[in-house]
Amino acid sequence: MLRARQGRFLLLTLVVTLFVAACSRDASQRLVVTGSSTIAPLATVLAERFEARHPGVKIDVQAGGSARGIADVRQGLATLGMVSRALKPEEGDLAADTIAHDGITMIVHRNTPVTSLTREQIVAIYTGQLRNWNEVGGPDAAITVVNKAEGRSTLELFLSHFKLSAPAIRADVVIGDNQQGIKTVAGNPQAIGYVSIGTAEYEASRGGPIRLLPLDGIEPSTATVSAGRFPLSRPLNLVHRGELGGIARDFVDFARSTEVHDLVTGQYFVPLAGR
Amino acid sequence: MSPASISFRSPAADRTLYRALALCAGLVAAILALILVYLTVASASLLVADAEAGGGLWQTQWSPSAGVFGLLAMLVGSAAVSVLALLIAVPPGLVLAIWGRFFAPPGIGALYRGTMGLLASIPSVVYGFWGLVVLVPWLNRWAPPGASLLAGALILALMILPILVLQADLALEEARRRHLAGAMALGASVSGTVRRVLLPAAAPHLVPAVLLQLGRALGETMAVLMVAGNVVQLPDSLAAPIRTLTANIALEMAYASGAHQTALFASGWLLLMLVTVLMLVARHLAARVARGARDAT
Amino acid sequence: MRPDQTDRAADADRLHGRWMGIVALATLLVPALLVGELLVEGLPALSLGFLFDAPADAGRAGGIGSVLVSTLWVLAVCLGVALPLGLGCALFLVEQVRADSRLGRGLQLVLDILGGVPSIVFGLFGNRFFAVELGLGFSILSGGLTLACMVLPLFIRAAEQALRQCPLGYRRAAVALAVSRWGFVRRILLPVAGRGIALGIVLSSGRALAETAVLLFTAGYVTRWPESWLDSGRTLAVHIYDLAMNVSGGSTNAAATALVLLALAIGIQGLAAMLGRLSTGASQ
Repeated sequence: MLRARQGRFLLLTLVVTLFVAACSRDASQRLVVTGSSTIAPLATVLAERFEARHPGVKIDVQAGGSARGIADVRQGLATLGMVSRALKPEEGDLAADTIAHDGITMIVHRNTPVTSLTREQIVAIYTGQLRNWNEVGGPDAAITVVNKAEGRSTLELFLSHFKLSAPAIRADVVIGDNQQGIKTVAGNPQAIGYVSIGTAEYEASRGGPIRLLPLDGIEPSTATVSAGRFPLSRPLNLVHRGELGGIARDFVDFARSTEVHDLVTGQYFVPLAGR
Repeated sequence: MSPASISFRSPAADRTLYRALALCAGLVAAILALILVYLTVASASLLVADAEAGGGLWQTQWSPSAGVFGLLAMLVGSAAVSVLALLIAVPPGLVLAIWGRFFAPPGIGALYRGTMGLLASIPSVVYGFWGLVVLVPWLNRWAPPGASLLAGALILALMILPILVLQADLALEEARRRHLAGAMALGASVSGTVRRVLLPAAAPHLVPAVLLQLGRALGETMAVLMVAGNVVQLPDSLAAPIRTLTANIALEMAYASGAHQTALFASGWLLLMLVTVLMLVARHLAARVARGARDAT
Repeated sequence: MRPDQTDRAADADRLHGRWMGIVALATLLVPALLVGELLVEGLPALSLGFLFDAPADAGRAGGIGSVLVSTLWVLAVCLGVALPLGLGCALFLVEQVRADSRLGRGLQLVLDILGGVPSIVFGLFGNRFFAVELGLGFSILSGGLTLACMVLPLFIRAAEQALRQCPLGYRRAAVALAVSRWGFVRRILLPVAGRGIALGIVLSSGRALAETAVLLFTAGYVTRWPESWLDSGRTLAVHIYDLAMNVSGGSTNAAATALVLLALAIGIQGLAAMLGRLSTGASQ
């Protein structure tokens, strides 16, 4: 009888230990990354390769916008946040690790004879002062202005570069994601818009009917962004609060290493200059 | 005489049945209550503050960065695109349901209904994407910028048509079983019977079905987001780009915080109220029509 | 019931039948164009590997195997919850409630409103309630439960209509034979309504499969093979959205995925039709 009771006690201890061990192992093996939908595809492929090298690790990438990434990290719902811009001063409680660079380029339809626009012209077009292509050397057609929806990092960068405020823009079409911008301009010979350089390069190289416009005389390409010459570029960041440990640290280091340059260029972003 | 008024002898099994069924119904109602409460709480601060804000939610300008949260233009946009979509989709939808049930050979009619079921399964993204790369550029040739109220209405009509056809078919089928034999025995043509007898008989079911689709159109997000232009303004023509309340939530929710987020929840609440009113009207109309039909027979 | 009795009636019918047929054909033109484009763009990418491999390179390479599995799981949760609950509610409406009573009208109103709630609101609600409040996080369970809430009105309406089609005579006969209400429901009412209920299942799954925004906020974005209900997993619709709107060069696979989704919908329709035929067979 005593042996039976001892046996049961031992069994209980064993079960509890295993249970506790399983729980804690689970906790350290799952990493949640949320934020920018621009970075999400890159984060997904990075996670895939990382998981292949570290069996038992699960990295969940969820899209939802840069602001969501920041909010989730602050609330502890995610360990890493994907933010497609530099952190603002009021976000000083967070630390950012850049994993790639991206540029923003103006695009027009390939049929538009206009090959470049000055900064003043772009501002005039977007504020509605310049309404017809013939005022900038194009055909007699109303310009269709394509703008990004509020809150997007791309819009914020565009606004700060051209010193505009959101209510001042007079747009004909407002888009959400990059591809919507590409498809809108590609389908409309009178349109002008702005998208991520990598996306635009990809589409143009595949024969998509868009043309990238140089900014301040500098050609828009991943090469000029990489050289730091292109004026409108942004860092793609993984942000976190406090010190990172364990897998999270490993993953960030992995994402910034040279081993993943092919993944970064595969998503048409600019990898960090050698590490 | 409704089925419920025929009383069975009630052994214990029936009492448990009653309780189980009531529980189901209660849960369903609870879900709605939960959603209502959640939405109201989330948008409360702006709805309440609105009285003092002067303009507040009921203006046409929407500039979150400037703290201006006017929902009016988007409300008009939502209403306009949905009503237009219904006007475009209901006549063909009815014709298709009637044709499929009464004039097409039975095999083809069944095939047609099967096709409609399939079309209803196509995600709104696919419709929206097609609209973005085919419809909008085509419309752009006639009326720049292409992405407009009309484009939104056309895509919406395309999306609600299949379910409209299927639900109209259900309603007509029930009416057919009850009335067609009698009418034809009196020598009436099928088309005449459909027009004079079946449609009115099916109306109490058709009207809510149509209004349900109006509700669905009001709630559609992805497809409209891709083709309607998303510019916050009151539409002055069919070719003007507009933004709906739903597209607004989808575009900005992920990036909003504080008052901006509350404003977005408030627009969701507004939509819900709109739909509630719509459904109340639908029910009232359906009851009136049913009473009229009953009085006539 | 075919129109071939009197001459004048038959002529009128032939005329109407003709122009309606033309409208039917014309209306199918646009969706046909759409599906045609899907086929042209997506068919080359379809292969057995596509169906079984997990996505690679952000979905541009590899396949949709894991996404397919996640979708089926989400659908299973959705239908598994919505069907019993919905059937129970529909039975309640038909069996226990008089159509013109306050309870009956109230419940109908509740269903109408629920059916009108915009899908994006469901996404927000699902995220806040299931994912955060109930702590389910981004998971198949969150997604499935939220979808169940969404399809309930649709299913209940279809089931209710199907149940009401049962002739009152059957009911009276059952009472006369001293059958209990539960016995009547189980043995006569449900089999007779089988086909209509099957149609309700088809409509509901169609709606569930087509949803994107809701699932983006609840079941999430992850492409990995799901190992439990609590795992996040993207559905076919979310995958199509990501490939079409977010990933450069994803449109081919997006089209291919859309084709797979259509095939899935056809499969569900076929299954439901079979079930419907079986149950009507059982009632005879």
